[in-house]
Amino acid sequence: MPDLRDLYQELIIDHGRRPRNFGALADANHTAEGFNPLCGDRITLFVKTRDGVIEDVRFEGTGCAISTASASLMSEALKGRTEAEARTLFDGFHALVTGHGAAEEPPLGKLEVLAGVAEFPARVKCATLAWHTLLAALRDQSAPVSTEQDEQGGAEPGGTGRAADG
Amino acid sequence: MMRDDPKERAALGRVATVGLEGAIARRRADFPILARTVNDRPLVYLDNGATSQKPQCVIDAEAHYYAHLNANVHRGVHRLSQEATDAYEAARDTAQAFINAAQREEIVFVRGTTEAINLVANSFGARFRAGDEILITGMEHHSNIVPWQLACERSGAMLKVVPVADDGELDVAAFEALLSPRTRIVGLTHVSNALGTINPVRELIALAHARGVPVLLDGAQAVPHLAIDVQALDCDFYAFSGHKLYGPTGTGVLYGRRALLEAMPPWQGGGDMIRQVSFARTTYNDLPYKFEAGTPNIAGAIALGEAMRYVRDVGFDAIAAHEGALLRDATERARAFPGLRLIGTAREKAAILSFVLADVHAHDVGSILDHEGVAVRTGHHCAMPLMERFGVAATVRASFALYNTHEDVAALFAALAKVREVFGDA
Repeated sequence: MPDLRDLYQELIIDHGRRPRNFGALADANHTAEGFNPLCGDRITLFVKTRDGVIEDVRFEGTGCAISTASASLMSEALKGRTEAEARTLFDGFHALVTGHGAAEEPPLGKLEVLAGVAEFPARVKCATLAWHTLLAALRDQSAPVSTEQDEQGGAEPGGTGRAADG
Repeated sequence: MMRDDPKERAALGRVATVGLEGAIARRRADFPILARTVNDRPLVYLDNGATSQKPQCVIDAEAHYYAHLNANVHRGVHRLSQEATDAYEAARDTAQAFINAAQREEIVFVRGTTEAINLVANSFGARFRAGDEILITGMEHHSNIVPWQLACERSGAMLKVVPVADDGELDVAAFEALLSPRTRIVGLTHVSNALGTINPVRELIALAHARGVPVLLDGAQAVPHLAIDVQALDCDFYAFSGHKLYGPTGTGVLYGRRALLEAMPPWQGGGDMIRQVSFARTTYNDLPYKFEAGTPNIAGAIALGEAMRYVRDVGFDAIAAHEGALLRDATERARAFPGLRLIGTAREKAAILSFVLADVHAHDVGSILDHEGVAVRTGHHCAMPLMERFGVAATVRASFALYNTHEDVAALFAALAKVREVFGDA
C-alpha cells in the first residue's frame, strides 16, 4: 500500500499552501489557461521569454495541493531554461509522475518530490495540469487546455485521455 | 391503528424503530462487495449518491435471466421468448407498484434518469416555441439542465432558474414568481444530489398546476430514501435510475401521466415501437412500447424489479429511521470538526453530507480518505452552477445507504482526522 507521505511530502504541502510565483505577470508574452473539468481546477499561466529563453513564469488559479504545488515547483524550475529544455523537462516530469520512467532521464531536481503521484493514478492529472498549460502557452494556443481532451499522445493512467501536449 | 392520534403514532413509531434497527443491520450481509477490502482496510462505502452497491438477490436475478430465460421480448412465438417477455413485463408491474402509478402503461423503461429527462425534453419539448419558458432550479444535476438547454436551442425557448438560499433550500416565493403564462414545464429535483435537500415537491407541484404547468421530478436521489407515490405527489413525469436503487447500471424508469405520454411523439424510432411500417406511413405502438425502441435492457429491467422488491421488503420506514440516525450522527460530528463547513443544511434532508474543509481541497481530502478505505465523492457533483452559487470549486460528499453503519460514520471522521494529521491544524 502506498504511503500517504509519499504523496503529501512536506515540500508539497508547503508549496500547496504558499505557492511561489503566484499572481499575474504584466509583461508576459505567452499565456494559456488550463482546466480540469473533473475537479474544477483552473490555472492561468504567464510566461515571459526572450530569444527562446524563459525569463519569468507566474500563475494564477485554484486547485488542490498537488496541482498548486506542481505549478509552483514548475515555475521555479523553468526560469533561465530554454524552451527546448522546458519541453525535455516536461517529458521527464511526465514519465516520473506516470511511473513510466525512461532509462535516461534528465535530472529533475526538486520536481522529483512529486514522484509519489505515480502511486496515486487518480492524481496524475492534478500534477500535469500546469505542465500541459505550459506547452500550450509556449505554442500560443488560444483554446484553454482541458485534461479531458483526446490527443494522439495516448491515455494517461487513471483517466480518459490527457491534455494536448503537441 | 389509531392514525389520527399523534401520541399513539409516535409511541408506535419508537417501538417499531428499535425493532427495525436490528432488522436492518442484518441486511448488510446481503451485499457481497461490502466484505472486500481497500488498501488492506475494510471498505467503507459512502458514495451511494453516485451508485449504490447491489444485494446478492439482484446479482442473482440478472444471472438467472441469462442462464435460464435469455431471449428477445415481444417477438418470438417460442417458449423462451414468452418467458423472457413475462419476466420483463412483471418488472414493469413491480415498478408500477413501487411508485404507485395508476397504470402499467405509464412506466417506460429507460437507461437511467438522464435518458428519461432527455426523452421528455425531446418529445414533450417538440411543442416548445420561441418565447416559451422552461423553469428549473439552481440545484439541478447537469442531467436536468443540459437536456432543457438543448430544447431551448432547438425551439428558441428560454431557461429560467429558481434561486437557492444559503441553507440549500429552494426559494419557494421566487419559484411562484417565476411561473409565467409562458412557462411550458417545470424540471425539478426531488432530492438534491449535492446538498441532500428534500424539496417540498407537493407544494411546488400544486403551485405549478394552479397555472396549468406540468412538472417533471428528477427522482434519482429520492427513490433510494423515500417512498414514492406519483399519484399522491400529482407529478406529471417522474424520472429515476435503477443503479442508485440497488439495481443494475443502465436501467431506469420514466413515469409519465398517460394523457401526456399519449399526446407525445415518439423519441427514438426502431423495432418494438411500431405497429405497422410501410414506406408511405408508419403507425406507432401503444404505450409504453411507443417509447421503447429496440431491444431493451431485459436482464437489467428484471434485476431492477428484484431490487425494488428488495427495498420494499426492507421497508422505507426502516430505511428512513436508520439513514436519519446516520445523518444526525454524521452532522453532529461534522459540526464539531475544526474548519469544516457543511454545504446544504436544509431542514428536510436525505442522508447526504456535503462539506468542505477550510484549508484543504476536496480532492486532497478524497485521496486521503480513499487511502484509509473510505470511498466518498469529491468534485462538483455534476452541479457546477450550484458549486458556483456556494463559492466552492468542489465539495466532499458522503452519501449513505441502508447498509451503512455508525461504524462507517466513525471511520469517515477518523479518516478526516488523518487529513488534519497530514495537512496540519486548520
